[in-house]
Amino acid sequence: MRAIFLKTEREVNKVQILEIVEIVIGALMLIIGIMAINAKKLLNSIIYLSIISMLAVVAFVLMKAPDVAVTEAVIGSGLVTAIFVFTLFSTRKEGEDL
Amino acid sequence: MKQVISIILVLLIGVLIFGALYFSSDESLKFNEYGKVNLADRVSEKYIDKSVNGGSGVVEYQKSEGLESGSANYVTSIIVNYRSFDTLGEVTVLFISAFGVALLLGGKRKRQKNMFEPNFILKHGARLVFGLMVIFGVYMFSHGHLTPGGGFPGGSIIAASILLLYMADNEFRAKMKSLKATEGIAGSLYVIIGLLAVVLGGYFLANFLPTGIVGDLLSGGVIPIVYILIGLKVGSELSGIIDSFVTKEVE
Repeated sequence: MRAIFLKTEREVNKVQILEIVEIVIGALMLIIGIMAINAKKLLNSIIYLSIISMLAVVAFVLMKAPDVAVTEAVIGSGLVTAIFVFTLFSTRKEGEDL
Repeated sequence: MKQVISIILVLLIGVLIFGALYFSSDESLKFNEYGKVNLADRVSEKYIDKSVNGGSGVVEYQKSEGLESGSANYVTSIIVNYRSFDTLGEVTVLFISAFGVALLLGGKRKRQKNMFEPNFILKHGARLVFGLMVIFGVYMFSHGHLTPGGGFPGGSIIAASILLLYMADNEFRAKMKSLKATEGIAGSLYVIIGLLAVVLGGYFLANFLPTGIVGDLLSGGVIPIVYILIGLKVGSELSGIIDSFVTKEVE
């Protein structure tokens, strides 16, 4: 009886820790989002966007949605970042620093 | 000043959303009551038990046989079986966006030089990793009915491996004609399977093949076939988009 009680208590603690991690990740995503808007260089802005996607992957895994997490990891932080960087490279002026 | 206003706005919207969730008058929408809803009243339980058209209701791994949707991953069974028509629309949206990119950036194009000269590690590491990435992509869409993943992430992983080749070699260019042929054939085969289902199953995109035992590689009826087609289509489409972004027009 006592053992079962201890086990359930531990599970409750685990849930609380996961909730705290989720809240921290959400807050980080908001902060980095504001940093992405405020960044002086466009390249930094793209990297911040990629970091937001990476954090979203962690959040999706914690919320038990592995299907969405895989898609977000590949498209959000892989392909979209690459396409933004290529677009930035091809729209800059000759000899301009990024 | 602008930043302060934007932070205050974000906080205000957050407080509004969470306030609505915590103090809602509807009991089932309340945030702290969310897990306590009676699932028997919801349709989601029926998707998990694969008993939308009525059935036993309990699915056992490696034991249940001949269910209405035989895939072990029930996200897939919703995407490609119950809501397959939505997926066809999704694929069409992707096709239209690829078409738009080809229309704007199309024509005869030649390779644009990368911003940087690829160094030794990137050049030789890409050759090693490329095969593994393609295999992982193929695994992703061929096991979409068993494990998390499916056609869309699998195809995107293949496109990412093509992107790696573009980054590692300044001269590399994918064979665009074969990519376009793959895309067209895979897309039209998806519609043809849907039309075959009208004849054999009674309605558009019905699961007309036997569904087998839950958890087997060859199970789920048309689900693996459709996911392989979607994977090939998405992979070739995204590779085409990447190609148009890395090349420039020939004058």
